[in-house]
Amino acid sequence: MPSSSIEVRDLRYRYPGEHHDALTGLSLSVSAGERVAVLGPNGSGKTTFVMHLNGLLSMQSGEIAIGDTSVTEDHLREIRRRVGAVFQDADDQLFMTTVREDVAFGPANLGVTGDELNALVEQTLARVGASGYADRNPHHLSGGEKRRVAIATVLSMNPDVLILDEPTSGLDPAGRRELIDLLAGLDQTQLIVTHDLPLALQLCGRSVIVSGGQVVADGATAELLADEALLAQHRLELPLGFDPSRL
Amino acid sequence: MSGAHGSTVTRLYVAGNSRIHCISPEVKLVAVFAVVVVGAVTPRTEVAAFSVYVVAAWIVVAMSGIGFARYLRRLSVIVPFVLFALVIPFISGGESVNVAGIALSIDGLWAMWNVLVKAGLGATMSIVLSSTTPVADLLHGLTRLRVPRLLVAIISFMLRYIDVLVEQLGRMRRSMVARGHDPRWLWQVKPIASSAGALFVRSYERGERVHQAMLARGYTGVMPTMASQRAPLNEWVVVMVYPAVCLGVLMLAVV
Repeated sequence: MPSSSIEVRDLRYRYPGEHHDALTGLSLSVSAGERVAVLGPNGSGKTTFVMHLNGLLSMQSGEIAIGDTSVTEDHLREIRRRVGAVFQDADDQLFMTTVREDVAFGPANLGVTGDELNALVEQTLARVGASGYADRNPHHLSGGEKRRVAIATVLSMNPDVLILDEPTSGLDPAGRRELIDLLAGLDQTQLIVTHDLPLALQLCGRSVIVSGGQVVADGATAELLADEALLAQHRLELPLGFDPSRL
Repeated sequence: MSGAHGSTVTRLYVAGNSRIHCISPEVKLVAVFAVVVVGAVTPRTEVAAFSVYVVAAWIVVAMSGIGFARYLRRLSVIVPFVLFALVIPFISGGESVNVAGIALSIDGLWAMWNVLVKAGLGATMSIVLSSTTPVADLLHGLTRLRVPRLLVAIISFMLRYIDVLVEQLGRMRRSMVARGHDPRWLWQVKPIASSAGALFVRSYERGERVHQAMLARGYTGVMPTMASQRAPLNEWVVVMVYPAVCLGVLMLAVV
């Protein structure tokens, strides 16, 4: 199973018309196959950061490399195959009229056709536990089903890196657990942007806290979550009664 | 509350495996279009020709297995046209006939008949098409008929997001009602107008996010081909018998 490292160096970004930088020199390095949680308050630049990883926002200053390929205009096609991004609102991710077409969209853009494409769709849906959903309308899926199918839409491109933006938001407890099981079973390098701190603890050995457009803390998730002062400083809170040391 | 409600567009399809269901979508589209065109160009005085069209259309409805009751319910979409048509004989001029003491314009009666039969035929064909073809297949059919992919994509996005939009509108309305808004008069329309504006902005933003999701999966400005194989020639030949018969009837009638 493929996986790639991620190298980000001194990333800076300012949205057009804004007066301050959304990213103020963000650096991060993730080894191949590692699963890292990206924590931080709203507006800290987490989403802006991850949108750089597959070139959806073009870099103003800094460097990003996925494996040994740098994220530049020349490599966009390859980068977008290798970096699968799952967006927060699954309704944005599932834009075709059937699940099959949505899962096929990425590989079809890469030139896969016919029976090979069909087989790939079935295989990928089976991998996320959504066999038999192929001909359904995405609108008729439950929140958890939508999220798993959204992950299938990028897995079908056989990526090395998965970027997940708030994968558990809006899911019921069982849907959340199923999603965690799914992510735990995938071998790709994963960057999980989340406010769900127990999820970070369960899935990611390592977490980073992004605040004010840069990485302000980087370490073992259990240690970061045990540092109450650090969490409070960056508007992060554990659920009431949750004790990270007792997991 | 997404997903819990029936969708506005996809619920037109009636699952089944009748012979009409099994026709490839592009063939069905062309046949339906051809029948409607033949019907539309037939002079209104050719009653015999119209009788053949209508009987043939009903045979197709019966073959599709969608049920006559459902067919009639769906046919009710033409009621506004029917009401309009019923008025014509009373308001047109020219020669008139006396029916139960009321003078009805002969020209108006023909105009009424013309509207009724042509709207009925067109609606019947649309009902058969939409009830026996899943929306996704219709879109594939359009692609295979060489309709520009961008146009098909626009239609496809409209179908995909119309329900999302309707839900958003419902949520906004509920939130207004929850805060005591209860519009009864025209001058109370302002919150509705402003929510339409908000909806537009939200849709625009969604459009941008969807575009990003497409780019993230390798979209380069051309929708990828996913349509499966084309309809075989013999299917075209068999199905086109139907519009051909209609055309033949028209020729016999007018020559």
